[in-house]
Parts: sequence; structure tokens; C-alpha cells
Amino acid sequence: MKILTCIKQVPASSNVDVDPETGVLIRDGKNVKMNPYDLYALETAYLLKARSGAHVHTVTMGPPSAADVLREALMMGSDGATLLSDPRFAGADVLATAYALSQMLRRIGFDLIICGKQTTDGDTAQVGPEIAEFLDVPHVSYVRDVDLRDDKTLRIRTVDDRHEDVLDIKLPCLITVDKDANTPRLPSFKRKRSTRDIRIETWTLDDLSDKEATHYGLRGSPTQVESIFPPERQATGRIHSNLENPGKTLFDILVEQKWLRGD
Amino acid sequence: MTFSTVNRDDLKAFIEWFGGNNVLTGDTIDEEYAHDELKTVHRRPDALLKATDEAAIRRLLAYANERGIPVTVRGSGTGLVGACVPVEGGVVLDMTPMNKILDLDKDNLTLDVEPGVLLLDIAEHVEKEGLFYAPDPGEKTATIGGNIATNAGGMRAVKYGVTRDWVLGLRVVLADGTAMDLGGKVVKNSSGYSLKDLIVGSEGTLAVIVKATLKLIPAPAKAISLLMPFSSREAALVAAPKLIAHTTLPTAVEFMEQDMWKYSESFLGKNIPHDEHAAYLLATYDATTEGAVDEIVECASAFAVDKLDAHDVYLIDTDDRKQSVWNARGAFLEAVKASTTEIDECDVVLPRSQLPGYLSFIQDLSESTDLRIPYFGHVGDGNLHIYLCRDDLDEATWKEKTAIAFDAMYEEAAKCQGLVSGEHGIGYAKKTYLRRHSDARQLELMEAVKTAFDPKGILNPKKIL
Ligand SMILES: Cc1cc2nc3c(=O)[nH]c(=O)nc-3n(C[C@H](O)[C@H](O)[C@H](O)COP(=O)(O)OP(=O)(O)OC[C@H]3O[C@@H](n4cnc5c(N)ncnc54)[C@H](O)[C@@H]3O)c2cc1C
Ligand SMILES: Cc1cc2nc3c(=O)[nH]c(=O)nc-3n(C[C@H](O)[C@H](O)[C@H](O)COP(=O)(O)OP(=O)(O)OC[C@H]3O[C@@H](n4cnc5c(N)ncnc54)[C@H](O)[C@@H]3O)c2cc1C
Repeated sequence: MKILTCIKQVPASSNVDVDPETGVLIRDGKNVKMNPYDLYALETAYLLKARSGAHVHTVTMGPPSAADVLREALMMGSDGATLLSDPRFAGADVLATAYALSQMLRRIGFDLIICGKQTTDGDTAQVGPEIAEFLDVPHVSYVRDVDLRDDKTLRIRTVDDRHEDVLDIKLPCLITVDKDANTPRLPSFKRKRSTRDIRIETWTLDDLSDKEATHYGLRGSPTQVESIFPPERQATGRIHSNLENPGKTLFDILVEQKWLRGD
Repeated sequence: MTFSTVNRDDLKAFIEWFGGNNVLTGDTIDEEYAHDELKTVHRRPDALLKATDEAAIRRLLAYANERGIPVTVRGSGTGLVGACVPVEGGVVLDMTPMNKILDLDKDNLTLDVEPGVLLLDIAEHVEKEGLFYAPDPGEKTATIGGNIATNAGGMRAVKYGVTRDWVLGLRVVLADGTAMDLGGKVVKNSSGYSLKDLIVGSEGTLAVIVKATLKLIPAPAKAISLLMPFSSREAALVAAPKLIAHTTLPTAVEFMEQDMWKYSESFLGKNIPHDEHAAYLLATYDATTEGAVDEIVECASAFAVDKLDAHDVYLIDTDDRKQSVWNARGAFLEAVKASTTEIDECDVVLPRSQLPGYLSFIQDLSESTDLRIPYFGHVGDGNLHIYLCRDDLDEATWKEKTAIAFDAMYEEAAKCQGLVSGEHGIGYAKKTYLRRHSDARQLELMEAVKTAFDPKGILNPKKIL
């Protein structure tokens, strides 16, 4: 079985700089980390690999510095990695990102694609499902557990606020894995050594079958950023000290804010 | 020595100096003030005073000294040896309201604080200035006064030392109400006996700390931890001193066996990665540039795998990863507590090379006493935390077994050139063992020091000695 995992490099802190002209995130390759949600996607792949001997290949689209997260994936358990990087992809919105990735994934070939649920920067949770639509394969999001039923079917458990589903899904397909679905392993020094010689190839637009540059990057993005601004901060907490009856005061506040019913 | 109890006239005086809101008696005193974190020592104070300012403290002490009223100083009460419990009654002086950060001096790299400032507030205050106060005891809600009074250790002692190494100056009030400054904003000091260093670690028995001048350094650019699994306890313990001696000093080297992670995991409801191994070292490295840290980590990892038989070395480099592993490590004490009905602990410190032998002794002791005895350690410092768990034992059996186990543990520690406490102090709970395992002349000297500072013995009576 061939598993492809999609990961993204995101800013390590929540204070990100945005280009005021274009509304595009300024990514300089400094102070970055792997999107934390993608750790659960990778772990899901590695657990399947341990059970079925699957081959796990990891990809990312991003600037050349994004190769760092691919190295990290090799240190954790991936068998190979490819970077999709081309200035012509810059400014991609969700649709253009998913389109470029789908072109790449189709060419590499897969039985199963595993994405994170969402990222901590773009935060849309749309890339996974959109890739599946472009590739015309079934997809399931919010996945918690995966197991192989037979060599053509996955048994999947998903959880949302209200209910839990257990589904069977035919391969090839795509899943997005929920936060806390598992305990992601740490990068291993022994794997760092043993994967040192694995070359991470960089693909550009020229490696994709659709070579029409206007389908990618800012030009391929229907989303127009009107303006971009930090959300207004909620007022900070209130401090009540030296109260006669602190329990009652707290109760009244909780009722006032509708956390509790007063009756 | 017989002490006076607090009477109406005393209370009147206290109210005049501290204000009515800050003087509590009887049932208005929260039960918390009758014990510390471990709850093995219990006694309610006659009166609880919330410290407001130095002037009030000076008056209180002059008066209490005159009247023979015991005064027990208390920080956050997170101690583990009953040190802040007023075993002779009298007054408990709660220092937590004196919690102002007074001055960050960027030229001298010092921080002046009141004693009730919490450790977590110090870290926050200096780190946003790119500075660093290195001592890192596990309990971040402890007060700096409590840390100084117990000479608290913590997770970074291997490289940076303990609280004492970071206290440059103290302002104290003596038992008779005199205030004085000891040490100061000076980096070194050979001016006579170091009274400041006597106060550090004196557990409220010599003076009340009302202000401290702490040493700061520029913050390291980055710290990375490494989780190193080993196939056995011995392998991990034998590796620890070698790792420390290898080229770059780690800031911390913690030791744990699999059972500790399991306690923590069930307590926190969260797993840590790679919890399937018998024993672990958890080491941290820092440096002033990011590149330097990466290089150190590479070198230490290769050494651990190639020369120390570590099964592998796992990288803990992001905040998320640090949180998942270090939160679990930080929860050990509470997780063990939650696993049983009652615990008691032993915090011996030994030469690092003695640890493997000592811990196999503990294993045997657990079998011979039929007690559950989980443990972990700041092995980088040779400091172990060993817990006796009561489980379903009745009171009499529990008392009997803990006495046997403690006697044996301290006895064996002494044989291994170890000392009674590495960082939690002697307080009330460990007095017997300090006495038993200290040279008689040394005890006499300690008693003479106590008498010189506090001739009437009103400050935290019955503690340490
Ligand atoms: C107008 C506009 C301009 C933008 N310009 C830029 C820009 O110049 N540069 C830029 O980096 N971003 C830019 N963005 C943000 C970018 O569109 C999104 O971050 C990106 O499409 C991924 O979406 P997301 O982060 O919401 O991912 P989500 O949909 O939340 O991610 C879900 C999962 O999809 C996978 N995934 C997501 N992104 C990638 C990726 N790049 N490679 C591999 N797998 C991935 C991961 O598995 C991830 O867990 C722009 C957005 C807009 C609206
Ligand atoms: C989960 C947990 C983890 C811990 N981890 C560590 C650790 O890693 N390292 C370590 O060393 N300890 C550790 N401890 C023990 C404890 O936190 C320390 O002993 C701490 O220094 C106590 O501070 P406190 O403010 O709670 O003092 P208290 O417990 O209130 O008092 C301790 C002693 O200090 C004296 N004192 C307090 N303030 C003053 C003052 N202003 N002037 C004079 N005397 C004073 C008291 O009289 C008493 O003798 C841990 C405890 C817990 C519960």
C-alpha cells in the first residue's frame, strides 16, 4: 500500500506578519514549525505502516525552506518526501493550493492520502477535501481511527460534536485526521541518521501535467483579500477582591453570562 | 521551651499594625494554613497574619520576641516537609500578599522582589526582557521567599545550580525586629561570614526574608530536550554521569522508569510518546545561539546512541512537544499522590555514581516491606524523590512500615555518602534523620547559629533541629 501524507510548515508563533499590500502572509522560513495537526496525520500513517508494511511518502507545497518539515517527517517515519516549490505558486488560496497538490499527488500515485484536519495559520480545513474532489476519490474528515479491513477497504471511526461514525471506505481515498487522534511520535536520532542520504526532490510547475501557470498561485486563486486585520481582543478578566460572599458573586456572574441557569 | 498563646491584647496589637482584614483567628482561618502540600504535619495557628509591609513585620517580631509567641513564616505552603506548619501554635505570617516585583536593574542584571512573588511571575517578568532567572523548581506557584528559605533546586540545577547561587542579596527582619541588608547587588563577596547564605535554606528559623535581590543572566536562545530510552534502570543510571561529563553540560538530566510515565498518563488522561521502554533519561541542553544548541544536541545524541546504549534519542524541540513531555514529568508528584490514599517522601541526595546501587536497594526494600515505593530523580544532581504509598494499609501498619522504610533509606543513603535532603529541606518531618546522620559537633554548631540569630527560639520553633 502506498500512503501519501500532506504536511505544511506554519509560523511557530501566532504573531505573524502580513504584507499590507497583498494581504499575503510573509513567510521567511524563520521561526516555523510543522503544522501541529499534521503530526496526527503522520502518526496515523506510521501506525498503518507498522500494521501493513505500507510505504509512506510525504509532500508539502511551500518555499524551499519547507524542506525542513519534510526532513522532520523522515526522522519520524516517512520513507520518502517531495517538495513542491515554485515562485509561480505564491499567493495560492485554498483552491489553488489544493489544485497544485492534487496534480502532484496524482503523478506520485497513491492508495491512501492522509491530511491533517486543518492548519494553525490558514485554518480553513478545506485543502484535504478539495484535493479529494480534484482527484475524484472519496474522502472522510475528522478521522480518529483507521484500520485496514482488507487490501481494498479501510474501516474508519470519525467523531464530531454530536456523534461517532464507523465507516468503511474503498481505496483509493483521502482522509483528514482530527487533533488528539493519537500520540504523535517524536523525531528520532537513529532515523535522522538512517534517512540522511534520502534525497528530497523539489518539483516545480514544470513537473505537473497541467502546465498552465494561470491555474496556480495568486492568478489561480478566486479568493480576493479585501483587507486583513488582527481580530479585536476581548476585554480581559475582571478581578473582584475582598468580597463579602465570593461564591454568590461568582454564581451571579456565571448566571449573568448565561453559563448557569439562575433557577 | 514554653511559648505564650495569642491573647486578646496581642490581637489588638496585630490589628493595629496589620489592619483588621489581615488578622484572622479561630474558624476564619482556612484549613489550608494547618498543613503544607504533603499534609503529614498538622496544627492550626492561633492567629494568621497577612503580611503587608516590613514595618508591621518588625513590630510583630519585636513584640512576639518579648512575649514568647512563636512566629512561623509561610509562603505558598507547597513545601513537602511540614516546614511552614506552626507545630507550636502561635502566629502564622503569610507572606503571599507581599508580592511586588520591585526593580529590574538591566545594568547590574538583578531583580529585586518581595518574598511573596511567585516563581511563575518572575519567569514571565524577566523573560519578556530577554533575561533569565535559572532556578526552575517544579512547583511554579511557590513563592520566591519559600524557594530561598528551602534553597530550592529544580530542573536546571545541573548547569545553573540551585536557588542559593542566584540570591545576591537579602533584606531580613531578625527575631528581635531588627531589619538588615545582607549581600547586595554585587556579583562577588568575600566580606566576612556569609550571613546571607546562612539565611538561604534556613526554613524560616533564623529570620524573615522581606526582600531579595536575584541574579539574572541573558536568556539562552533556545533549549532542546532529548528523551533517551534505555533497556534497564541500570543502563540509564550508568549513562547519566557519562552524559553529564561529555563535552557540554546539560541544564537538566531527569531519570524515570516506565511506571512513572504510566502514573502521569492516567493522572493527566494523556499519553506521552515512546512510553514503552523500561527506563529513561530526559536531558535538556541550551545555548546562546540556536546553531550552537543544534550542534550540541547532535553531538549528545550521537554519544548517547553510540556509547551509552540508549535505544534511540528523541527530539523535543517545539513548544507542543515540550509541553507534552514536560507536563507529564511535572505531574509525577501529583500523579503518585493521586494513585494512593496517602504518601510520604524522601528526597535524599547522593554522589551520582552511587545511584544504581541505591536504587536497587530501594527495590529490595519495597519487596521486604511490601510497600509500593515509586521514585524518580533529578539524577543530574544525584537527587532522588522516593515515595512511600499507603494504599489500603491501616493507620498503625502504615506508621510502622514508613518508620522502618525511612530508617533504612536514610541509613543506606548515609552509607553511600549521601545527605538527608537535596532540595525539599528538613522542616519538621525529617528532623530525626538529620540528627541521626549528622556529626554531633556539626549539630552543636547549627544550634549555636540558631541561638545567635534567635535566642528565644520564636522563629519557626521545632524545625530543622
Ligand atoms: C488570497 C490568499 C492569498 C494567500 N497567499 C498565500 C501565500 O502567498 N503563501 C501561503 O503560504 N499561503 C497563502 N495563503 C494561505 C493559503 O491559501 C492557505 O494557507 C493554504 O491554501 C492552505 O490552506 P489552510 O492553511 O487553510 O489549510 P487547511 O485546509 O486548514 O489544511 C488542511 C490540511 O491540508 C494539508 N495542507 C494544507 N496546506 C498544505 C500545503 N501547502 N502543502 C501540503 N499540505 C497542505 C495539510 O495536511 C493540512 O493539515 C493565502 C490565502 C489567501 C486567501
Ligand atoms: C508539585 C511540586 C513540585 C515541587 N518541585 C520542587 C522542585 O523541583 N525543587 C524543590 O526544591 N522543591 C520542589 N517542591 C517543594 C516546594 O515547592 C519548595 O520547597 C518551595 O520552595 C516552597 O515554597 P513555598 O512558597 O510554598 O513555601 P512554604 O511551603 O510556605 O514554606 C517553606 C519554608 O520556607 C519558609 N519561608 C517561606 N517564606 C519565607 C520568608 N519570606 N522568609 C523566611 N522563611 C520563609 C517557611 O517558614 C518554611 O520553612 C515541589 C512541590 C510540589 C508540590
